[in-house]
Amino acid sequence: MRFGVAVFPGTWSDRDCKHAVELSGNEAVMLWHKEPDLHGADCVILPGGFAYGDYLRAGAVARFAPLMEAVIEFANAGGLVWGICNGFQILCEAHLLPGALTRNGSLEYRCEATWLRVETVDSVYTAGCEHGAVLQIPVSHGEGRFVADEVTLDMLEREDRVAFRYVARDGSPVGDGSPNGSMRDIAGILNERRNVLGMMPHPERACEDLLGSSDGLRLFGSVAKRLAANGAVRAAGVS
Amino acid sequence: MTGVQLAAPNDAELAEVALTRTEYQHLATELGREPNRLELGIVGALWSEHCSYKTSKPLLRTLPTTGPHVLQGPGENAGAVDIGNGLACVFKIESHNHPSAIEPYQGAATGVGGILRDIFTMGARPIALLDSLRFGPLDEPHQRHLFEGVVAGIGGYGNCIGVPTVGGELYFDESYRTNCLVNAMCVGVVEQGRMMRAIASGPGNLVLLVGADTGRDGIHGASFASVMLDASSAARRPAVQVGNPFLEKCLMEACLELAGDPRVIAMQDLGAAGLCGSTAELAHRGGCGIEVDVARASRRETGMTPYEVMLSESQERMLIVARPSDVRPLQDVFERWDLHSDVIGVILAEPRFVVRDGVDNVCDLPLDLLVDGAPPRGAPGPRPAKAESHDSDVDESAPLAGPTWTPDEALLALIASPNLGSRAPVFRRYDTQLGDSTVILPGGDGSLVRVEDSTVGLALATDGNSRYAALNARQGAMIAVCEAARNVVATGAKPAAITNCLNFANPEQAHVWWDLHDAIGGIGEACRALEIPVVSGNVSLYNDTGGTGIDPTVVIGMVGVMSDVAGRCTAAFQAEGDLIALVGPIGEELGGSEYQRMAHGINRGDPPQLDIDLERRVHEFVLEGIANGLLHSAHDCAEGGIAIALAESCLLGDIGAWVGIDELGEIRELGQLGGLIEKEAGILFGESQSRFLISFAREALVRLHELAGLRRRRACMRDGVHRRAPSRGATSARRSLDRT
Repeated sequence: MRFGVAVFPGTWSDRDCKHAVELSGNEAVMLWHKEPDLHGADCVILPGGFAYGDYLRAGAVARFAPLMEAVIEFANAGGLVWGICNGFQILCEAHLLPGALTRNGSLEYRCEATWLRVETVDSVYTAGCEHGAVLQIPVSHGEGRFVADEVTLDMLEREDRVAFRYVARDGSPVGDGSPNGSMRDIAGILNERRNVLGMMPHPERACEDLLGSSDGLRLFGSVAKRLAANGAVRAAGVS
Repeated sequence: MTGVQLAAPNDAELAEVALTRTEYQHLATELGREPNRLELGIVGALWSEHCSYKTSKPLLRTLPTTGPHVLQGPGENAGAVDIGNGLACVFKIESHNHPSAIEPYQGAATGVGGILRDIFTMGARPIALLDSLRFGPLDEPHQRHLFEGVVAGIGGYGNCIGVPTVGGELYFDESYRTNCLVNAMCVGVVEQGRMMRAIASGPGNLVLLVGADTGRDGIHGASFASVMLDASSAARRPAVQVGNPFLEKCLMEACLELAGDPRVIAMQDLGAAGLCGSTAELAHRGGCGIEVDVARASRRETGMTPYEVMLSESQERMLIVARPSDVRPLQDVFERWDLHSDVIGVILAEPRFVVRDGVDNVCDLPLDLLVDGAPPRGAPGPRPAKAESHDSDVDESAPLAGPTWTPDEALLALIASPNLGSRAPVFRRYDTQLGDSTVILPGGDGSLVRVEDSTVGLALATDGNSRYAALNARQGAMIAVCEAARNVVATGAKPAAITNCLNFANPEQAHVWWDLHDAIGGIGEACRALEIPVVSGNVSLYNDTGGTGIDPTVVIGMVGVMSDVAGRCTAAFQAEGDLIALVGPIGEELGGSEYQRMAHGINRGDPPQLDIDLERRVHEFVLEGIANGLLHSAHDCAEGGIAIALAESCLLGDIGAWVGIDELGEIRELGQLGGLIEKEAGILFGESQSRFLISFAREALVRLHELAGLRRRRACMRDGVHRRAPSRGATSARRSLDRT
């Protein structure tokens, strides 16, 4: 399977995502922000970083990048688009996902281990996990507090679109231990068609036991396995 | 020359460029004429302590800088060592003390930006940052402002550009109340064949200025960093630069694309003294000259004078030297990253430093005079007697004041002290994991990062205890080297090389100069004995405000190498039933200790003794123990002594320990201890050197015993590595190892 990894100026998880994709036995191709070309990717990853410096609002400039034209078109056609950290912020700014990511409740940057409960297995990304499984995946962000109005939050829950929730290590509610104060402890959500996932934690940093956890590899593996089984929705304009 | 020739500058004008009257006269004599104002400003910047090292250079020459694996010693943007697999580790530490004291966020941020550029200028991808920070006690709101701003600035820059901050240290001490210290270290990795140098060559080759536009920020930064701070320093805020980590990220990626590209003849970043410092050093290293046309530099503001363009310390800029035919394709690489580049100069055959403003020649100086001509400064006076030094106000014979603690109370007080408490509240604000390489996170001894696509690990640490150096600069510096080495050894990595940052007060005072002299001597002695070369470094003098200077502060940045990170060791106790032993002397030295500060509010006596040969053998023993898979944990016994080391290993491992120390029992039964007497406090909290706390499975005991004995024989020493098992991890209290 071929994963496309977007590279905006200021993106810094691109190399880590490539590393994780390759660890999962798949191919990674880098996608340059100036070109609206997905190079035949089966799944597009928008990685972490500070695209275009994020001096305005995280993701607010990146959504206008030429590459994003192709990404939005791909997503609307049912293609897999996976936003991680800054990528999640960009997906919200591009209105591919609802809600917004605001400054952490602590008003401080947070880089630490977090535990995520898998809230739905009805997605290509989480199909390889058990419902309720707790994954150890770190966060690293200053603006990761997921907010949305009550109607949207209720809709996300009703439609089973909350992919991950922050929990304590033992799976109990995270309470004050939330890294960012997200509403309803939401760490990741899906779009209506369930082909677009946004999540603040970094699964690409949790793909080796040597680095503390390999739980993130299950998500990469899950995507690849499903794609192989179903036949991927290939991007238009295959290179 | 069309620059206006003026009469000799007055004192105020000389003070503006931080030159003395004597230095000015030397300049005019060597030049055979009066310099114009631009030339004076350029010479002032290049002859500043920050750029010229006029005070420290003769002393630094005594340091050992060579070794079989040294690829690049001092003199380049950073040092480099061979780490195997055809790779080089490039690293350096640098201070940004003065800017951080004035504007903590930007001062610290641009300190990080500056040290990053030093590393990627060499073609190396930065993979780790460390920060060594010192402030006054946090009970003062201004200190909290500085601390908060510096931590936010480091995170703001490092997190945004995407280089993990994996380690460092943080101290609070009265000595830094008027001068905080911010030292940043960066470590990068490059294939040896792609390492870049900043040596210009080829008359007629062009000089490209790449990256940010040049603005008025940071003018006189180098000179500013070379004078004492005073009440007017706040007005120097314009001399502090503003960082743009996003721009630097683009500049870094573009420069790394060009690493090893034969079309790039030389690459040099712009740091202290801006365009004039970088162009002069670039040409001087290559034995050629350089001509710069300031009219060709893109500017952020209109109306800038040649003086402002040359001395601006605007950040995120880089110089590239290339053949004329290669310039266009190189510019294309930068344009891909939306960076513009200007051809601003040309390499000359003669060693001259020429500045033009369009058609006007505004500066023409001999390059040797500019770069190497600052009159060296020797000792300002004879070595003062100890009583005249900065400790003169301490009455050594006064009885000790302070609380009488039980051992429990003392342990809790020390754990809660600002210098020994958990650093997690700071580190969790830094990205510590980017790059999928951080194998040992900050919080233990050294941090460990894996080199991409290999099993090689780099163990990294910074260390430097100024309380010891305040009591004895030479001893303190030696201990700083040894302690940094112990941090690296505790992970299982072999120390490879160091970079140092020497932070001192006003060297025009005799006791400060002699402390600097002694500290450099101490670094040299320790490095020679441990066979660890010094490959880069930085000197920050004039850390003095209104006559109050800092204690001598030697910060050692250490890099150790491990061939396979799978063989690493951490400070955390691992398993119930493991035995715990102390490697090294039991000791009871309280001089300069954290206990002394907390219990009595003083710093006096002698710093801990250091037997450098014992130190070396202890390192070898621990490294062999780890390499043979015998140790489950190894922890450097540092501030707070055995008691704190034990507490830390327990906390890191989330496991308890049962410990008995015979020497304590010989005084009184531990359970019956009331208030601590000094001897007991010394055993528990004394900071004797050359010690590790190790834990291991019972089955490893015999082999460790053999290893210690073997080590003793090999070293042909009567007094060996002390092996004691004063304790064990779980139940009964049988003594397992006898004293040698």
